[in-house]
Amino acid sequence: MSQASTEIVRMSGHAGTVPGAGLNREFQVCKLVDTTTCIGCKACEVACLEWNGYTFSETTFDNSYQTMPETAWNYWNLIKFNEHERDDGTMMLLMRKDQCMHCEDPGCLEACPADAAIVQYANGIVDFQEAHCIGCGYCITGCPFNIPKFSPAAHKVFKCTLCNDRVSVGLEPACIKTCPTGCLHFGTKSEMKELAETRAQQLRSQSGFPDAGVYDPSGVGGTHVIYVLHDAKNPELYGGLPKDPHIPWSVKLWKGPLKWLGNLAIVGGVVGLAWHYMRFGPKKEEEIKPDDGRQP
Amino acid sequence: MTSGAVSHPNAASHNEDLVPRYSFGERANHWIGAFAYIYLLITGLAFWSPYLFWLAVIVGGGPTARFWHPWLGLVFTASLCWTFKEWHRDMQITEDDRRWGKAIPYYIENDDDKLPPQGRFNYGQKLFFWGIFYSVILLLLSGIVLWETDLVPWDLRFLRYTAVLIHVSVALITIGLFLIHVYMSAILEEGSFGSMIHGYVTRAWAWTFHRTWYYEVTGRSRPKQ
Repeated sequence: MSQASTEIVRMSGHAGTVPGAGLNREFQVCKLVDTTTCIGCKACEVACLEWNGYTFSETTFDNSYQTMPETAWNYWNLIKFNEHERDDGTMMLLMRKDQCMHCEDPGCLEACPADAAIVQYANGIVDFQEAHCIGCGYCITGCPFNIPKFSPAAHKVFKCTLCNDRVSVGLEPACIKTCPTGCLHFGTKSEMKELAETRAQQLRSQSGFPDAGVYDPSGVGGTHVIYVLHDAKNPELYGGLPKDPHIPWSVKLWKGPLKWLGNLAIVGGVVGLAWHYMRFGPKKEEEIKPDDGRQP
Repeated sequence: MTSGAVSHPNAASHNEDLVPRYSFGERANHWIGAFAYIYLLITGLAFWSPYLFWLAVIVGGGPTARFWHPWLGLVFTASLCWTFKEWHRDMQITEDDRRWGKAIPYYIENDDDKLPPQGRFNYGQKLFFWGIFYSVILLLLSGIVLWETDLVPWDLRFLRYTAVLIHVSVALITIGLFLIHVYMSAILEEGSFGSMIHGYVTRAWAWTFHRTWYYEVTGRSRPKQ
C-alpha cells in the first residue's frame, strides 16, 4: 500500500497519458464500516480532525446526537444518527459514519475540469490535490454522496483523503486507528469484502436481521469504503445513503456526447465559414443606382 | 456638401458620403460586451475541455479564471441590457424581414440586390440579437447556480444537474452565433467593422445592405413603383 503517490491511475481534466496507469497492483485498499457495532461515540470524528489538523467546528443541536447536519470542508468524517421506528414499533438508533466513499468510478473526478486536481491512486484512493483545484465546484455536482465541500476562505474544495498520507507509509487511517468498538476495519478490498459478507451472514442467521447485507454500490463501480447494514434493502435509513448511487446522467451527458457534439460543431462552424469566404468572397458595397422601386 | 443635403439622391458622386451608423455610446458598449464575451469564451473553453485548459493559464491561471468568469458574465449581461434598451425597437421583426428570411440563399450567395429591403438591422442581425438575448437569460440563471454551487442544498441538487447542462449547451449556441457574427462583420461584409470603430458607413454601403434605413437616414422617401 505504500508509495501510492507514484501510482496515480486517473486524473481529472487531464489531456494525455497518466503516470502510473496500468501499473500492476497486488491489492486495493478498503475501509469497512460495520454500522451494527458502531456505538456513535464520535471518536473517529475527533481522530480525523486531529490527524488532519482541523480545530473542532461549532456544532448544531437538533434534538439528536447529530454533531452537524452534514460534513464540512474542514469536517470530513461525521456520524449520521437516525432514530428509526421499526414495523413492530420498537426503536433502533441507526448510526453511520459518513465520509468520502472513494468510488471506483468517481463522479467528482469525472466532472472536474482542472488538470490533476483530483487523482485516483492505484490502491483505489480518490484524492483532491488542492494546489491544482480552481474552486469551480463541479466535483460537488458530480458526487452522488454529497461529500466534496467548498471552503469560502480558500476557494478550494476539500474532502476525506482516506488518510492517503498515512496509508502511503503503511499506516491505517486515523479513524480506524481510534475506533474503540472495532466497527471500523481497514485492509484490502477482497479481505474487507469477505469480512463484511461473513458479518452480514452472521446478522442474517443469528441476530434476526434477515435483510442484513453489504453496501458496495455497483452504480459507481464499487467503493473503497463499504458498509455492513442491518437493513441493506433500505440504505436511505442510514442518514440518506443512496440506494443506487451513480454519476448524475447530466454530468455523463455533458462530459460524453455533448462534448464531442460541441467540439464537432465548433470546428465544423469555423471550417464552414472559411469555405463560405473562399466560395463566395467578400460582400462589397455597390454604387447607388436610380431606384425604380423594383427591389423585391 | 454635408451628407444630409444632396441635390440628386442617386448621383454616383455621393457614394462615398458618410452617414452616421453607431453613436459613441453604442460603440463603447459594443466593445465592452465584446471584451467580456471573449474573456468568457476563453475561460469557458478552458473549463470545457482538458485540451483547452491552457487557455485558463494564459489569462492568469485556473483559480483566477474561475474567480473572474462570473463577474465578466455580469458585465456582459449589463452590456446586453443597455443594448436591449437602445436597440429593441430597431430589432422588431417586420414583414420585409420574413420575406428576407425566405430569400436567404441570395444573401448567402452574395446576391444582395435580389433581397427585400432591410432597415437599420437586417433579419440575420435581428436573429443574432434575440439569440444572444435569450441565451444570456439562460446563461445568467444557470450561471448563478454554478457560481455558488456549494450553497445549493443537497435536496435541490437537480438545480446543479440542470445548470451544468443548460450552461454548456447554451454557451455552445452562443459560440455558433459569435463565430457567424465575427465572420460577417469583421471579414465578410466590407465596411461593417470600421463602422463599429469610427461610427460611419458610406451611403453606398447603406444603399446596398440596408435600403430601408438608407432612405430613413438620408431623409428621402423611397420612389413608388
